This record gives sequence, structure tokens and C-alpha cells, in this order.
Amino acid sequence: MAKSQVAMKVNGKAVEALVEPRTLLIHFLREQLSLTGAHIGCETSHCGACTVDLDGKSVKSCTMFAVQANGADIRTIEGMANPDGTLHALQEGFREMHGLQCGFCTPGMITRAFRLLQENNNPSEEEIRFGIAGNLCRCTGYQNIVKAIQYAAAKLNGMPFKEAAE
Amino acid sequence: MNDMTPTSAERAAKLEGMGCKRKRVEDIRFVQGKGNYVDDVKLLGMLYGDLVRSPHGHARVTKIDTAKAAAVPGVVAVLTADVLKTVNLAWMPTLAGDVQMVLADGKVLFQNQEVAFVVAESREAAADAVELVEVEYEPLPVNVDPLKAMSDGAPMIREDLKDKTDGAHGKRKHYNHIFSWQAGDKAAADAAFDKADVKIKEFIVYPRVHPCPLETCQCVASFDKIRGELTLWGTFQAPHVIRTVGSLISKIPEHKIHVISPDIGGGFGNKVGAYSGYICAIVASIVTGRPVKWTEDRIENLSTTAFARDFHMDVEIACTKDGRVTGLRCYTIADHGAFDACANATKWPAGLFSILSGSYDFPAAYCLVDGVYTNKAPGGVAYRCSFRVTEAAYCIERAMDIMAQKLGMDAAEFRMKNLIRREQFPYTSAFGWQYDSGDYQTALKKAMETTNYKTLRDEQKGKREAFKRGETRELMGIGVAFFTEIVGAGPSRACDILGIAMFDSAEIRIHPTGSGICRLGTKSQGQGHETTYAQIIATELGLPADNITVEEGNTDTAPYGLGTYGSRSTPVSGAATAMACRKIKAKAQMIAAYMLEVHDDDLEWDVDRFRVKGNPERFKTVTELAWAAYHEVPPGMEPGLEAINYYDPPNFTFPYGAYICVVDIDVDTGQVKVRRFYALDDCGTRINPMIIEGQIHGGLTEAFGIAMGQEIHYDDDGNVTTASFMDYFLPTAVETPHWETDWTEVPSPHHPIGAKGVGESPNVGGVPCFSNAVNDAFAFLGSTHIQMPHDHWRVWTAAEKLGLHA
Repeated sequence: MAKSQVAMKVNGKAVEALVEPRTLLIHFLREQLSLTGAHIGCETSHCGACTVDLDGKSVKSCTMFAVQANGADIRTIEGMANPDGTLHALQEGFREMHGLQCGFCTPGMITRAFRLLQENNNPSEEEIRFGIAGNLCRCTGYQNIVKAIQYAAAKLNGMPFKEAAE
Repeated sequence: MNDMTPTSAERAAKLEGMGCKRKRVEDIRFVQGKGNYVDDVKLLGMLYGDLVRSPHGHARVTKIDTAKAAAVPGVVAVLTADVLKTVNLAWMPTLAGDVQMVLADGKVLFQNQEVAFVVAESREAAADAVELVEVEYEPLPVNVDPLKAMSDGAPMIREDLKDKTDGAHGKRKHYNHIFSWQAGDKAAADAAFDKADVKIKEFIVYPRVHPCPLETCQCVASFDKIRGELTLWGTFQAPHVIRTVGSLISKIPEHKIHVISPDIGGGFGNKVGAYSGYICAIVASIVTGRPVKWTEDRIENLSTTAFARDFHMDVEIACTKDGRVTGLRCYTIADHGAFDACANATKWPAGLFSILSGSYDFPAAYCLVDGVYTNKAPGGVAYRCSFRVTEAAYCIERAMDIMAQKLGMDAAEFRMKNLIRREQFPYTSAFGWQYDSGDYQTALKKAMETTNYKTLRDEQKGKREAFKRGETRELMGIGVAFFTEIVGAGPSRACDILGIAMFDSAEIRIHPTGSGICRLGTKSQGQGHETTYAQIIATELGLPADNITVEEGNTDTAPYGLGTYGSRSTPVSGAATAMACRKIKAKAQMIAAYMLEVHDDDLEWDVDRFRVKGNPERFKTVTELAWAAYHEVPPGMEPGLEAINYYDPPNFTFPYGAYICVVDIDVDTGQVKVRRFYALDDCGTRINPMIIEGQIHGGLTEAFGIAMGQEIHYDDDGNVTTASFMDYFLPTAVETPHWETDWTEVPSPHHPIGAKGVGESPNVGGVPCFSNAVNDAFAFLGSTHIQMPHDHWRVWTAAEKLGLHA
């Protein structure tokens, strides 16, 4: 099958590649760029394990062709840590608040939460729950994910984090 | 020594041992996208496999033409049953003693059954070729109803077993019958019913559901022809079992099979069994000489690899008029689908279902289970539960509510009256299980007090009266559940899988500088084993948990074990870990005595050191002793500091819990709002409370999904109608309720550290608690039992049947 040339920015670096027109963005990221952080959980846009940040939006990369991302600016979980190599507040929050177990949904969940906090830097619990409703987790029951995102929001806002009383 | 010396308590805190909310070791890689899951494995020259599947629920396969598929550019091989027959692998044995087609051999028995396996240079080429495999089918009559499976004229599912009079577990009653299994004392139970003041009987269905981990089942098989060795990466909860079964099936010597379970994206029982895709990938690698990856998609996962439950239970309770239970009977039809690929200990075709008497002191009990074949996917795995314990807990907890309702007693009060009392432990149930420990009344009392149970009932009474007066269209339901699990399979006298006793193992090596590695036969799928096993070692050996690497999943390096499911890791491998530590500690003590020039008995243990009794300033820390073990051991002693333990548990462990749930139901929309959910768990000694709470949150969420919306449903033609996330309910953060957790702590007396296991408890107790809450809402209107799942439509329908929409 004839291949198409794509150029995009991934985690701040320029990338050029040849892809089949039918290559999904998630397969391009995982197999051609070896960025295996984002995962495939359903291939139907339901589970969100494949979520990446694309031109300022959360995108499920399992239902987008790589050619559609031509010219885009993409951030994946591999580009989430701070420039000095320390963990992003969300990455830290997920560990501190036990917001993950098997880790399979985590890259997509953190990437989604990153965009959520860009759009609303101090979300309520309800807003967080609604904001991550496109990302499924089978292990945590979400409660500690909510706390992890609250932790990150507080840290990014320079506020002390008060864990909500049970 | 000086005044700056840390106290014992300070030193203990630094170890991050048992009881510490230690942050997880695993998370560092997971939060950075640096986990290593099977689909991340990429080998040079790797091919991709994809399966052709049956569109029919039951049909003869008259012709398979692979020519067009084989001609697709990039396609390397197409396997069918005929190809597999040349290596004697068209069928494979199941864990339950049955056989199963790897690829359709003459007929297909369930929709999406594996028919052919295409191997190609890319996923896309394989998918293209799958479309071009031409299969001719002659449809046959379909039966998806287990209650009709043994009727006259029912379609014969397994023609290969037509002449087989004995099943794996005794005489077959019908050509669709798999096994009969009974437990308890029928005569004693019948006598109790003859004398009973009050009896209830209810038909309770636990629908077919699916564990549905976020990562599907997948593998990479790589056969090295020169060395005759197979390396198999896979999503295996039990890697050693896969190696042994793989060797028995393929005839490749076991030492030439290397099984690796890397990080696993959730298992919940889905990843215990051996599936067609694995066998096909192995054969394809042997045939092509190249590594072959097979990855399920979500539809394949939901419709083919493992289902759970599908138990149809006729339960009866006998009782005195003052509310004391006297007898229990249950007849169950178990739908095992087209092949009996149930994952149970081999002697227990209905698993541990005879935990059915639950937490109550039944003097007499009896159960009979018949397993049947239908045109549905094979399986019957323990989805986040110890073999069939969820079914039993659901059955008894619903039945207890129905009896309380008939007696006019409060559900909690009726339970309190019948719970096994603290002084009765160790308690032998009417089914013969020896419950190890518990203080049930204290747990239930704490749950009732914390939730202000009496106030809730008063509120409910008021709301019911208001409903009757037409002032509200909302009903309030209060669910109470008190469950007892039986986990930690298991004692070798009772449990084996294909003859392998269900022990488990730990091997610990302490390095000269006081760090170490522990390897185990279990395999974490999110439970946090790398964190918690190290905590056991920290406490047992007095070394910081951070100094211990925990490694699982590589059959070449890990000691043999039966894997992780049935909440067995802590009860079995956790015990093995403690026992291996104690061997190491005994040797360290001898070295300490030698170095301090005292008798072994003159030493005492203090957190991280042996000190001379009465002279605490003379001591040797474990770190010092580790160095000495490689440097100055006593004459005649072997150098080194390591130990291995294979732990065969003397008994199961019996975690329990008291759960209370409050729901508000809109009778006009059927919407159920969970107002409150309180879960008190007693899992014995608590190793890491943070991880325990996390597991309870997760298990309750899975229970919520099951109770409120999940069902793997088949239409009458055998089409599975719920095989994607469009149709199969997985709770999102929006629907998922807030969880309140609590605990009591009664250690297991027979376990070295007193721990019982917890991961599955919330699923076992959660489902009946939700269902009891929904049923309770309608109970005052005369309703006794509404079948799960309690989605809006079914709840609305229940209200409609009760005439509430008139």
C-alpha cells in the first residue's frame, strides 16, 4: 500500500515518517516511534487507555489515523515529566494518592487529567469525575484517581493539599 | 552507643514493614509510561496473528478455503484444524478435564469460536486476510439456555462426547451434561426442612459476566528451531502452569520452555486459562520459524476468553419461627458453555461453592450442582473471587434477606442472630469447611453503628409511608450483606490443578551489603506485589523494604508456583515469604552468636538485629550479619544467606466483611442512586492499608458494575449481543459511588503472619449488598426477588410489574 509522508511534533521533538494511510495514530506512536506508554484497551474510543494530548485536546489515538495528525503537536505520557526530569505533579499525585494499580489505564488517565487541569485549574470532585468519564479504570474505583488529580491541582496552584475526609 | 541511637520503634518505622502505607514501587515506571506489557514486546522479524471466527452459534463447517487469504501480500501462513492435526494440536485439554477445539474441527459450538489463524507481516495484512478466508457453514439448532440443556431433543452440543457415559466427575445424565457434584448431608437437610416452622424458596440467577481487564489477553511466541526452545511472553496469571500445560500439550520438554509474564494490565481471573490464540501463536512460530504476536481485541475478549458465573440457583432456607436457621438446600444448574474450560481446582467442578452456608450457623446443609453444555463461550473462571465463592455469597445473602422478609424481621437483626459466634471458631460448617477465625458480631455491630443503621431504617419507614400517600415517587433501599470468603487455595490434600498441588513459593537471597531479591511463584496484575512482599521481608528480616527487589513472572528464575488468583498470593506466597525469611533469620542468628561469642539462645531479636539478652548494647544488625554470611561464617557452616520455601497451607483462610448500602430509586425512571456504601473488611493482619483500601475500592466498583448493569447476553440464535463497550457496562468515574472503608483485624491462626487475603472480598460482598439494597426498596410491596443486573430498564420493569406506574 502506498505510504504517505507525515510530519508532526511529538513531545517537543520534530518527527517525520512514512505511514500507510490506514495506520492508526496509536500504532504509529507505539510501533514506529516506540512510545509504548499509551495503550490499546478497546479500539472503539470507549476506554481511553490510548489518550494523547493533540493540539490542546485530549484525543483517543486508537480512532484517529496517523495521517490525520499531520502537522499536529502531540504530547504523550513520555513527555509529561518536568523538563528537569522530575515527575509532573500529576505523576506524583497518582503515586502519592494510590491512583493506580495495574498501570494500564494510567498513561491515558494522566494525559487526560493534564488537559482537564489546563482547562480548569481547580476542578471540583464532580468536575473531575465528569472530566475523566472517557477513561475507564478497572482497578481503582476512581476514588483515589480523583484525589490524585486534586493533589496535582493543589500543587500546581501552589496550595497545600488537604485530603478530603472519608 | 550513645543517646542518639534510634529506638526500636524508630528503627521499625524506617523499615516500612507490615502495617505501613508504603507508596508503591511499581508506580515509578507506570506513571511515566514505562511499564512493560505484552503488547510492548517487539522482536526482530515478529509476525502478527489474527483469528477467523464463527458468525454462527452452532453450525457444521463444511469447507474452509484459505487460498485467497494466503495470497494477500504479507501473509505468511494460515492455520486451520487440519494443519494443527499434523502436530496433534487441533484439540487441547482444559484445566477442568475436558478437551476443547483449538480451531474449529468439523463444527462450531459458539459464536466467535476460533476457526482459522492467519499469520502476516503486519496487523493490517493479517486483518485483511481474515476477511478473505472462505468458510462454508451449515447452521444447526442453537441452545443458549442452560435450563433447557438437559431436556429431550435439546441440540447435542458435543458430538465428540456422544458415547461418553462418564464425565470428569461421574456418570453423565444427558448428552449435554458435564458433571454432577454435591456437598453436605442431604438426609440431615431434608429432615430440617420437614421440621421447619418457616421455609423460603427462591430461584436466583447470577448472570454470565466477564472479568474484562483493561488489557486483553495476548502473547508473543518465539520458537528457536536450532535450540528447540520456546520462549512465550504472555498475559498469564499463572506462568508456571502455562509452562507445564504447554509442555504436556506440545511435547516440548519443560526445561526448553521459557514463560515470561511481564507487567499485566489487570487479570481478575480472565488470564488464568490457556486459550486458542496462545496455542495458535506457538504453532505458527514453530511453522514459520519467526516470533508471532497474538493480541485480542475487545470484542474477542468479551465473547471468547473466559466468562464468569452463569449459575442458576434454586435455594431454600428452613428456619424456626423465632428466626433461627435450621437448614439450607440448593440445586444449581451451571452453564459452562460449549467446552468445560472452567478454571477450578480439579477436584472441585463447582469450585468452593459449598461455602454456601456463608457466615451463618446452619446445622444442616446440602447442595447439588449440575454442569451443562450450551452454545456459549467456554470458561467459568473465578472473576475476582475464589472459585465460585461469589455465586455462593450472592445466593445465601439474597436468601437470608428473603427469609428475614418472610419472618418480618430486620435483615441485620436476622443475620446477627444467626452469625457464627466468636467462641465457635475454629468452626466446622455443615459442608465440612473449617473456618479459621472471626468475630462476626463485632464487625456487623460496628457497621450498623457507623452507618446509623437504626436511623436509616426509621427514615426508610417514613419514606415508605410518604410513598404510599403519594407524596414521593422515590423508594429507599437499604442493603445489608455479611459475607465469608474461602481463599488461599490451597491445602494439597484438597486442591490441585491437573495433579499439581496448589502450594506456592518464595526464594530469598540476601546480598552481602544487606539488600536482597525475592522471587515468587505468584504474579501481580496490579495488586502491588513488588511493594507488599518486600514489606513482609522488612518486618521479618529487619531490612528496609526499599532494599528488597521482588521479582515474579519469569519461569526460569522464579520458583514453581501456581500463580495469582483466588486471593491466594498473600495466604500462600505471603506465608512462603515469611517462612523463607525465618530460615534466613535462623542462620543469621547462628552467625550472630558466633560473632558475639554467646550461645544462640542468649540472643534476642530486636527489629533489625540480634542482641545479647540483658546486654542490648552488644548486637549485630542483619546488615552486618549479611556481610558476615559471605565473609566469616562459623566453622562448618555453608556461606551465603538465602532460603527457599514451598508453602503448603494447612487450611484455607476465611476473610469476611459487613457491608451496608443505601440506595434511592426513582420508580418512574428506574434510576438507582447509590447514596452511601460502607464496607467493613476483616482480612486478618493488614500488610499495607493503602493497598488494601485501593483493592476494596476497585472490587466494589467491579461489584457495582455487575450488580447494576453487566450481563454477557446471547439471543436465541446464539448471537452474543453484549461484546463491546457500547453494550457491556463498565462503570465510569461518573456512575461510580463514593466508597467508605473500615476494618476489624482478627488474624488467621494458621498463617505465619496472620494474613488472609483481601483483593476479592469487595466483589464477593459488594454484589449481594447492592442487590439486597435494590430488592429491599421494593420488599414492602411484596416483592421477594428481582434478578440482576439492576439497570434502569429492569428496575423500571420491576416497578411496572408491581403496578407502581398505574
